[in-house]
Amino acid sequence: MFGDLSHLVLQQYWWIIVSLLGALLVFLMFVQGGQTLIYTIGKTPMQRTMLVNTLGRKWEFTFTTLVTFGGAFFASFPLFYSTSFGGAYWVWMAILFAFVLQAIAYEFRSRPNNAFGSRTYETFLLINGLLGTILIGTAVATFFTGSAFSVNDMNQSQWELKSHGLEAALNLHNLSLGLAVFFLARVLGLLYFMNSVNDQDIFVRARKHLVYNGVPFLVFFLTFVIWLMLRDGFAVNPQTQEVFMEPFKYWHNLVSMPLVFILFVLGVVGVLLGLVGSIVRQDCTKGIWASGIGTVLTVFSLFLLAGFNNTSFYPSTFDLQSSLTIKNSSSSHFTLTTMSYASLMVPFVFGYIWYVWKAMNNKPIDEDEMKSDDVHVY
Amino acid sequence: MFENIDWALVNWSRAQFALTAMFHWLFVPLTLGLSFIIAFMETIYVKTGDPEWKRITKFWMKLFGINFAIGVATGIILEFEFGTNWSNYSWFVGDIFGAPLAIEGIMAFFMESTFIAVMFFGWGKVSKRFHLTATWLTAVGANLSALWILVANAWMQNPVGMKFNPETARNEMHNFWDVLLSPSAVSKFLHTTTSGYVLAAVFVVGISSWFMLKKRHILFAKRSIVIAAIFGFVSSIMLIASGDGSARDVAKTQPMKFAAMESLYEGQTQAPLIAIGLFGKEHDDPMHRGSDQEFLMKIEIPNMLSYLAFLEVDAFVPGIKDLVLGNEQHNIMSYKEKILRGYEAQQTLRAFKDAKGVDELEYQRLKAKFDDEVWVENYFRYFGYGNYYDPNPEQLELNAFKIVPPISLSFYAFHIMVVLGGHFMLLFMVVLWLTYRKKLESNKVVLYTALWTIPLAYIASQSGWIVAEVGRQPWVIQDLMPTMTAVSKIDTSSVMITFWLFTITFVALAVAEVRIMVKQIKNGPKEGGHN
Repeated sequence: MFGDLSHLVLQQYWWIIVSLLGALLVFLMFVQGGQTLIYTIGKTPMQRTMLVNTLGRKWEFTFTTLVTFGGAFFASFPLFYSTSFGGAYWVWMAILFAFVLQAIAYEFRSRPNNAFGSRTYETFLLINGLLGTILIGTAVATFFTGSAFSVNDMNQSQWELKSHGLEAALNLHNLSLGLAVFFLARVLGLLYFMNSVNDQDIFVRARKHLVYNGVPFLVFFLTFVIWLMLRDGFAVNPQTQEVFMEPFKYWHNLVSMPLVFILFVLGVVGVLLGLVGSIVRQDCTKGIWASGIGTVLTVFSLFLLAGFNNTSFYPSTFDLQSSLTIKNSSSSHFTLTTMSYASLMVPFVFGYIWYVWKAMNNKPIDEDEMKSDDVHVY
Repeated sequence: MFENIDWALVNWSRAQFALTAMFHWLFVPLTLGLSFIIAFMETIYVKTGDPEWKRITKFWMKLFGINFAIGVATGIILEFEFGTNWSNYSWFVGDIFGAPLAIEGIMAFFMESTFIAVMFFGWGKVSKRFHLTATWLTAVGANLSALWILVANAWMQNPVGMKFNPETARNEMHNFWDVLLSPSAVSKFLHTTTSGYVLAAVFVVGISSWFMLKKRHILFAKRSIVIAAIFGFVSSIMLIASGDGSARDVAKTQPMKFAAMESLYEGQTQAPLIAIGLFGKEHDDPMHRGSDQEFLMKIEIPNMLSYLAFLEVDAFVPGIKDLVLGNEQHNIMSYKEKILRGYEAQQTLRAFKDAKGVDELEYQRLKAKFDDEVWVENYFRYFGYGNYYDPNPEQLELNAFKIVPPISLSFYAFHIMVVLGGHFMLLFMVVLWLTYRKKLESNKVVLYTALWTIPLAYIASQSGWIVAEVGRQPWVIQDLMPTMTAVSKIDTSSVMITFWLFTITFVALAVAEVRIMVKQIKNGPKEGGHN
C-alpha cells in the first residue's frame, strides 16, 4: 500500500504526522500552563492539591507526545534532528532539563521524606511550565525565521554561532511565538481546571484569570501571525531545489493552500470560542474542548505553512542552500514506508486514549476524592 | 589523522552519555519486572477477592510509581542526546535508528502512559477487570518500550538490513525484519528484559525478607516472596539461556568484545573459560600485553570457552592479538588491513562527492562501487576503520591497538555479572525450598542474604551494561563508525557544563528517590492511602 507511493507523497505524509504531533503537543501543554497557575488559582493547600492532581493525571500524555514528536522527527527527517539538536544545543538542553524536573515532581511532591520539601517540587513544575512553553514556542518559530547553520556535502551540519541556539530567544519574532504559546498554555490550563475540578472557588478564580491571560495571548499571537504574513520567507525552486527569499512567502502559502487557510481560520475561531464563551457564560465548563480543538487546528496549519508549498521548514540564515526541506532532510523511501505502516496504529492509540480519558474524567476531582483512602494522590 | 579530532569533546560526550544511560538503567530494570509482579498479584486479587492481595498489590504499586517517575525523567535525556551530542551519528544511521524510537513512542510509550493513569487513579473509578487489564497493559507497554530500544541498540552492535547510499552519505534501511529479528536483537531483548525481571524479583524478595526479619506484615511478606521467587526463578532460567545465546552471538559478530570479556590475548583451540580471575599489572606497551600479563589468581574450566562460543570444544577462539595482528591460519584479517580498506572506502566516497557535477563518467564508476556487493563486503564493511589510518606505517601499527576496548573493565564486569546471576538463581531456589518447608521465617541467614542481595542485583545489572557498551568500544556502530566521528561539533565546555549539571541533578534525584523509597518501605503496606 504505502510502498507504491512516491517518495514525495511519503515525505508529505510524514510532515503531516509530525505536524499533528506538534499540534497535539501544544494543546497538551495545558498541563504546563496549569502548573504556572497552581498558586494563583489554588489559595488553600487542598485547592492546590486538587489542581496538582488534576494536572498530574495528564502530565504523562504531554510528556509522551513530546517524546513521540521527537522520535517521529528523528525517524522521518533525521537531518533536521542532527542539525537542530546538535546545533541549538543550549535551547534543547534547557527544554530537556525543564521536562526532567517535571517528570519526578508530581510523584515526589507529597511523599514523606522527599528530601527537598513540597515547595521545591512545585517550583520544578513552575519552571517546567515557564521554560517548556516559551522555549518550545521559540524553537518552533525558527522554522519561519531561520537559524545560522551549514550542512556540508556529507550532510554533516555545523552551527555557526557560539551561542548554540540561545540566540533564538533574543529574536523578537521568535519570542512573540514563545510568549503566545506560554499564555495559550495558561488559558488552556485554566479551561481545564474549570472542566475537571469540582470547586466553586477554583472555577470563579480560573474564569477571572482567563481575561488576564487571554488578552496577552491574543496580543502575542497576532503579533507573530501578522509579522509572519508580512515577512520574507524561505522559498524553494521546485525545479532546481535552490532556496531563495520570497516576499510575503507565508501569506502566499496560506492563500495557495485553501484547505490550510480554512483549518487555520477554524482553529483561531475555535480558540476564541472556548476562551470568550468561558468568560461570557457563567457556567461554561466545556471551553477546553473548543479551544483545544482550535489549538490543534491552528498549530497544525502553521506547521503545514512551514513545510508545504515549496518552502524550507528549517531554513539557514548563514547559507541559504543549506536550508532543510521535507525533500532533502527526510529518511529513505523504504524507511518512510515502514514507518507509515506503523502509523496505522495511531487511530487505535487515539481510540484507547479517548476511552481512558472519558473513564477517568467522568467525575470531576473534588475534596472527597482527595481524602479517599483508595486513591493515589500526588 | 587524529590531530583533527577533539578528544576532550569525544570523551566528555561519552562520559555524559554513559552517565545518563547508567543512571537511567538503575530504574528501568525494576520497572520492567515489578510491573509483571504487580500484575500477577492483582490477578490473584481479582480471582480471589481477598483484600490482602489488594493491599499487597497497592504496596508494590506505590514503589513502582516512585521508581517509574525517575525512569521516565531520565529516559527522555537519552533520546535528546542522540541529537544534541551525537549529531553525525544521527544522520549517518538515523534512517535506521530513528524508526525503532518512533515506533516505541507510538506503540509502547502511549500504552504505558495511558494505562498507568488507570492503574494508579482508577481504583473505584473503573471496574476491577478494567483496572486489571490496565495493569497488564502497563507491563506490556513497558516491555514493548524496552523491545524497540533494545532492537535499536542491538543494531548498533550488529548493523544488518541496510545499505550505504553514497548520495546521502548515510546508511539506509533495506530490510526491517532483518533489523527487528536479527539474532543480536532477539538475544539482547530476552537477556536484558529477563535481567530486569530477576532484579525486580530480588528487590521484592529482599524487602519482604526485611519485613520477616522485623516480624511485621508476615502474611504480606510470605505472599510477596512466593510470587517474586517463582517469577525470579523462572526468569533466571531464561536469563541464563538468553545469556548463553547472547554470548554466542557476540563471539560471532563482535569477536573483540568476546575476547575482552575473557581477557583472551592469544587465541586457542580448546580454550578454557576463566570462572574467576584477578589481574596483575598490565604492560605499558600494547604489543606486549597478554604475554607477560599474569593473573594473580584464576580458576579455569577447561574447553568451556570454545564450547560456549561455537558449541565445539575444539573450536578456535580468536584472541585480542589474533584480531589486531591477524591470523592467516585461521583466516583472520589484521586491523591494519581493515584500516587500509576502510580508508580506501572513505577515499572512494570523497572522490565520488568530488566527481559529482564535474566528471560524470568517474561519478558513475564510483557510484557503481557502492552497488557492488563484493566491493562493499571487502571495503565498505570496514569503513569506520579508515578513521585510524596514518600515512606513517609505524603509527598505523600503533593505531590498530587503539581499536581495542578496555580489557580489565570488560573482563571484571562480565565475570561479576555471571557470578551474581548464579547467586540469584541459587537464592530463589533456597527461598522457595524453605518457604515450601515453612522454615523461611526462622532462617535469618537466608533472610539477611536476600536483603543484602538487593544491591548486588543492581551491581550485576550495571555490569551487564558495561559489558555491552564498554566492550564494543570504540565503535558506536560496529566497524562503521567510531565514537570520534559521531560527535556533534559543539564546544567541549558546553558538554562539560551539561555533564556537571546532569551529575548534580542525578545526585539530587537519587537522594530524594532513596529517601522516599526507604520511608515508604518502613511505613509498610496499608489499606488505601498514599503516605
